[in-house]
Amino acid sequence: MAQAESHPRKYKVIGTRPVRHDGADKVTGRAIYGADLRLNGMVHGKILRSPHAHAVIKSIDTSAAAKLPGVVAVTTSADFPDLQDKIADLGEGAVNLAHLGANVLAHGKALYKGHAVAAVAATSPHVAQEALSLIKVEYEPLPAVTWVLDAMKDDAPLLHDDVYTKSMGKKADKPSNIAAHIHFEKGDVEDAFAGSDLVVEREFKTASVHQGYIEPHVSTALWNQDGHLTIWTSTQGSFTARQQTAELLQVPISQVTVVPCEIGGGFGGKIAVYLEPVAAMLSRKCGRPVKMVMSRDEVFEATGPTPGSSMRVKIGATKDGKLTAGEAWLAYDAGAFPGGVIGPGCMCVFSCYEFPAARVDGYDVLDNKPKTQAYRAPGATQAAFACESVIDELAEKLGIDPIEFRLKNAAKEGTRRVDGPVYPRVGFIETLEAAKASDHWKSPLEGKNRGRGIASGYWFNIGLKSSAAANVNPDGTVSLLEGSTDIGGTRTSVAMQLAETLGITAEAVHPKVVDTDSVGYTDVTGGSRVTFATGLAAYEVGRDILRQMCERAAILWECDAAEVESVDGEFKTKDKRMTFAELAGKLSQTGGPVVGRATVNPEGPTNGFGTHIVDVEVDPDTAKVTVLRYTAIQDAGKAIHPSYVEGQMQGGAVQGIGWALNEEYVFDGEGRMANASYLDYRMPTALDVPHIDTIIVEVPNPAHPYGVRGVGETPIVPPPAAMAVAVYHATGVRMQELPMSPPKLWAAMQK
Amino acid sequence: MAEMLELRVNGAAHQVDVAGRRKLLGILRDDLGLTGSKYGCGEGQCGACTVLVDGVAAKSCVAVASALAGREITTIEGLATGDKLHPVQQAFIDHDAMQCGYCTPGMVMAGAALVENNREPSDEQIVEAMQGNICRCGTYQRIVAALRQAAAAPTGAGDRQEAAS
Repeated sequence: MAQAESHPRKYKVIGTRPVRHDGADKVTGRAIYGADLRLNGMVHGKILRSPHAHAVIKSIDTSAAAKLPGVVAVTTSADFPDLQDKIADLGEGAVNLAHLGANVLAHGKALYKGHAVAAVAATSPHVAQEALSLIKVEYEPLPAVTWVLDAMKDDAPLLHDDVYTKSMGKKADKPSNIAAHIHFEKGDVEDAFAGSDLVVEREFKTASVHQGYIEPHVSTALWNQDGHLTIWTSTQGSFTARQQTAELLQVPISQVTVVPCEIGGGFGGKIAVYLEPVAAMLSRKCGRPVKMVMSRDEVFEATGPTPGSSMRVKIGATKDGKLTAGEAWLAYDAGAFPGGVIGPGCMCVFSCYEFPAARVDGYDVLDNKPKTQAYRAPGATQAAFACESVIDELAEKLGIDPIEFRLKNAAKEGTRRVDGPVYPRVGFIETLEAAKASDHWKSPLEGKNRGRGIASGYWFNIGLKSSAAANVNPDGTVSLLEGSTDIGGTRTSVAMQLAETLGITAEAVHPKVVDTDSVGYTDVTGGSRVTFATGLAAYEVGRDILRQMCERAAILWECDAAEVESVDGEFKTKDKRMTFAELAGKLSQTGGPVVGRATVNPEGPTNGFGTHIVDVEVDPDTAKVTVLRYTAIQDAGKAIHPSYVEGQMQGGAVQGIGWALNEEYVFDGEGRMANASYLDYRMPTALDVPHIDTIIVEVPNPAHPYGVRGVGETPIVPPPAAMAVAVYHATGVRMQELPMSPPKLWAAMQK
Repeated sequence: MAEMLELRVNGAAHQVDVAGRRKLLGILRDDLGLTGSKYGCGEGQCGACTVLVDGVAAKSCVAVASALAGREITTIEGLATGDKLHPVQQAFIDHDAMQCGYCTPGMVMAGAALVENNREPSDEQIVEAMQGNICRCGTYQRIVAALRQAAAAPTGAGDRQEAAS
């Protein structure tokens, strides 16, 4: 592990690699995921989905289904409150509740194949399935559109007659599939391009891909006869799931408890609710707990995907390698409802570099796909594919080494992003220096049809609200309660920060992710925020505990609390000392238990930068790309649990390799997904990826007591661009389209 | 119409209804309460449902239960011996070979099938044996490292202890 800058503090727990707290549960099959839950009297819900990508729903007749023996409840959107265009803040983005509701169960129109239309609950999943076939829906099919540029045309099938393009604070005068236009500008762009020695402009396109979590969406709801609704679900944010469900049902938040089960992957796709409100409505109607589990084709057809995109990027430079100007035009599809991830795409496209002048235009475009969702650094990966490809081409044409070219222009403290913010201390230059010094970069690549690529990427990493509490046990251990659902090992990375603060071992902290009634409000597990923000909450909990424990020591020692200090797990005065465990055992003599608590809301991004290097070999006959060697370098601020940081870097790289080479939504002529199964949607297996080397760079985040930056998302940003550059050096073809699947690459190689 | 059959799961006999070409996964999860085996795709592509049938890895979501009479089925719940984890389970913990953990039971079972039959697998053999299991968190290289360790572990599950004694 390289350390670009050593942190002045010595840590006992942070930076070590303790065994994860949930390890035994997960290797024995005992961890309870949503689908593993069974409640007394539970019935099973299923959803009827539109076979059409775009259709008016003229009528729904559920009477025959309701009469089928074993069916206990049937619902459609008609049962739900009529929601105005209310906006709810979900922490990592806002949502229009009318649209969210219409996504959960269609209102008048089916907007994509797989759009939920009606639901039933029955005594067995089989009866529920049979009941679906008895629901009569009269559709009037409409033309569908699934490619972003087609959807932007004036004569494109219109998805919503009440969506008008919002641009620069103004609303257009006729409805459009272009829900929003975003514009950022810095400096005099035309002038800056005119002063360039070299300008490269290229067009790019990317297909929609799915987050691909192996655990399908699942929810169980019990609307009790006292009016209280409890939901057991698989979610990245139990509090936002509670809020969305309460809003869609128009019941007070206090009437809803969300119990987060173990979550089998999310990657951004398990923030919006799908099943929760439907299961709740079915439970309300039948008075029994209702469990709903999606099948894999439902997951593909009705959840997830990340936007397909069309992008143009133009960048100018002087002959000595200084960037002069940038211009980006980005159109991302949002799927069936407005509010895709074009915003962060626009903010990230040029975020690695110091541009004297730049302009970014972005379009949020409706088409007949499921409402697109966040996927690990949402919007940034597409944008980096475009920007980094152009950066590499510029470097090549200028005859400058790609790392040196980046170093000449790298964003650093004081750089103003095109969209406005000025960076505090960031670690991009350090990742480039580490790349340059890496064994991978210094080792020559030999052999025919082989190429090496390098690319960088940026993701904000957010802060937001987190709460935590901890109980000191008489044996000197501490039970930590947190609200952040654990999708990648955050129980342990958060617990380690509490342990460090208290001066006890990681094993002496017992972390538990609890329900929405049992801990303070906590925003979603997303935005690479948990180890940063919930970790910060754990640190504050630790300080609260230490303050109280000092008071207790003072009682025992009959001195002033100000005379007691806590250092490395010991409490001491000038002449007395006691360990944390010893004092914990004496709490009952000094007034009773000690409970620490904290809530935090850190603002501003923590700014994650990464650089990836990849070697590939391309089969000249089949255009199959084999990844030979891969190195991921990233600034983690401070790696709390280095194995987990490396795991995030490796996992992001694996997903990025899949995105680059194989994964895509394929649509038929009627706008229906043609490959909604793992047979036809190929995700990387152990065969497809090499050993991924990692180099953690540590440039401490000044806004965190232990220097933490987020790490989970940045690693998916560089891979497609790095892979495209590697493929170029192997074949001479600059691929401007994802995925670089064999048919597409082969066709490009024949030109 | 029910079609009852005796299945042997984790060493115990169970009378289960296998009518309608029911798949093993549904019987394990819904009838026997063995929810360690996971549903991921229902078509044998992701491997989250992997169990052992007579010591060989099998995708329980596509395994027709009526064909399994007289076979010894082992699920993730039956892998550890008392309070001692199987070497593959221990190795997954030691190598942090999981993130979300959803694919882990299937991975562990596929890995157990490998190391029970091959004490010195090469990395290529490990990858070959594990290619039917998807980990979307991308922990593959840790899984390979874990299986390398597990294959080399001297003792572990009951049958190995018997073999050693």
